[in-house]
Amino acid sequence: MIELLNVSRTFTVGDQQVAALRDINLRLDAGEYISIMGPSGSGKSTMLNMLGLLDRPSSGTYLLDGGNVTELNDEQQARVRREKIGFVFQSFHLVPRLTAAQNVELPMILAGIPVEERKARVQVLMQNYGLSDRADHKPDQLSGGQRQRVAIARATVMNPTVLLADEPTGNLDRNTGWEVLKLLEGLLEQGITLVVVTHDAEIGARAQRRIHMLDGRILSDEANQNDSK
Amino acid sequence: MYLRDLITLTSSSFLTYRMRSFLTGLGIAIGIAAVILLTSIGEGLHQFMLAEFSQFGTNIISVQPGKTQTQGGNVGIFGSSRPLTLEDADALRRLPYVEYVIPGLVGNAEVRYEGRTRRTMVLGEGRDFGKAFTMKVQSGSFWTDEDNEQARAQAVIGSKIQQELYGGRNPLGSWLRIGGQRYRVVGVMESKGQILGMDMDDALFIPAARAMELLNRPGLMEVNVSYRADVPADTVVRLIRARMTEMHGREDFTIISQEQALEVLSSVLDIITFAVAALGGISLLVGAVGILTIMTMAVTERTAEIGLLRALGAREKQVLTLFLSEAMILSALGGLMGLIIGVGISQGLHLLFPALPVHTPWLYAVLAELTAVTIGLAAGVAPAMRAARLDPVEALHAE
Ligand SMILES: Nc1ncnc2c1ncn2[C@@H]1O[C@H](COP(=O)(O)OP(=O)(O)O)[C@@H](O)[C@H]1O
Ligand SMILES: [Mg+2]
Repeated sequence: MIELLNVSRTFTVGDQQVAALRDINLRLDAGEYISIMGPSGSGKSTMLNMLGLLDRPSSGTYLLDGGNVTELNDEQQARVRREKIGFVFQSFHLVPRLTAAQNVELPMILAGIPVEERKARVQVLMQNYGLSDRADHKPDQLSGGQRQRVAIARATVMNPTVLLADEPTGNLDRNTGWEVLKLLEGLLEQGITLVVVTHDAEIGARAQRRIHMLDGRILSDEANQNDSK
Repeated sequence: MYLRDLITLTSSSFLTYRMRSFLTGLGIAIGIAAVILLTSIGEGLHQFMLAEFSQFGTNIISVQPGKTQTQGGNVGIFGSSRPLTLEDADALRRLPYVEYVIPGLVGNAEVRYEGRTRRTMVLGEGRDFGKAFTMKVQSGSFWTDEDNEQARAQAVIGSKIQQELYGGRNPLGSWLRIGGQRYRVVGVMESKGQILGMDMDDALFIPAARAMELLNRPGLMEVNVSYRADVPADTVVRLIRARMTEMHGREDFTIISQEQALEVLSSVLDIITFAVAALGGISLLVGAVGILTIMTMAVTERTAEIGLLRALGAREKQVLTLFLSEAMILSALGGLMGLIIGVGISQGLHLLFPALPVHTPWLYAVLAELTAVTIGLAAGVAPAMRAARLDPVEALHAE
């Protein structure tokens, strides 16, 4: 479903060339649960941004559902992000001025979905994630776990096929982190493709497929036979 | 994205940065209020002045003694000018196109009737005064004696004089003492109210020759010439200048045609209105800089949010629209606030000083609001473009 062919990403910092991704070849199938691990600076976030069409490869090709998305313009890429991809970030990235419900609604506002449908979908999601009584709260009135749940609700409100989570538990204590992870894993039952970047080996081990990165390269890519979930 | 959502999103940021947004809007508001207030007063004054001036009638040319030099020189250097006389008036009367010639001078005198006295304005005029100017006699009529030294002591009185001295009784045929001399009252003027600050009802009219004697004046203060409406003012002015120069041997007089005076007045008032609007324009410019500043700040503060919006599927154009609308709505709200303040103060002034004419042309109000929106647009373009062009990944990491 997703295929990266010889993808490289180089940043120019001053007169230095920093290679964040080097000649990556990767294929992700629908419904897979993948964890990406590796030391800081190994290119995990860059990889995720690449998969989420936030970043463009310096060279190589990105095929999504068979189509070459590298060549799409801004508007077309935005559309793909809107319809197929959900992002969850370590620092939640909620809009502080908007309520929890409005934050969840945001992708649908950008997509131009009519109000009635938006309200209905938000309500369902808020209920599913146990946030109904927090709908009108601003992010600063929410706990870390609640904020990340709002962020997950927001990431899934457009029913994406791929959910990309960059250290989703990084800013949470252990218990809350696990709760959030369970929530993400629950999405697998709906057939979503889940990619989780993490530092935490224990969390990483839960994925059926574990990718280790180092210095912009894929060091290992192993599938878990004895699924320990 | 729906307009309604756009408004919800932008207003959420105004509500968060209440004070800041208010102050920025205020910058625009003050500019718009200044423009509205000053143009309201300017426009009202304009209409007031034009109305006041044309109350007398429009095809009138005035000749006054002394030469006002445009270069600012002093008449005294060349010796004093000859006074205007009744002979001058007679000479003008014989010019073509001229309908009426009214010699005139103004002064003050004590008026007395049956023990009641009153100090009042005395206008020495010609017998055709009522015909040349748009001022009607209510009862009786102007005297018919020629405008010369033989004119008898007759007076036409203002309605207020009638009220004050006669208690509303019919004064026609009565003898009135003006400055110690006896005058027979032959007419009462229709009430006219104030003209250019003079209460025309608290005035009386006597023959110019008698007024010169009464007020002890060597000459007339002016000679008003009314001419046929189908003749251009310039033609008559030229004829008058030639005849007067002939009479006096040199140009020691000033000719003011009402047509020209109105034009000059009108253009002066236009300039004032324009200057005042320009002043308001400067405050608008300051307001625009305020919007530019606040929007630049907003983009910097919300960089991470812009990255997020892009991650959620916002197009560059949507980010641009968001920030542009914010600038425009802010400016439009400021403009609206300014309109309200401006019209409010104008009307308040009008209530406090009813004599001060106030008039807010609708076109100005609409133009002012459009200007505000345009300013918002112009000031918002650069920051909004910057926001739209941010790299999503880098933006997300800004915090
Ligand atoms: N926008 C950028 N500009 C310059 N260098 C960058 C940028 N983003 C990432 N890098 C560099 O690319 C490398 C990989 O970064 P990243 O993908 O964030 O690593 P990770 O998420 O694994 O910590 C690092 O060396 C980082 O410094
Ligand atoms: Mg990272």
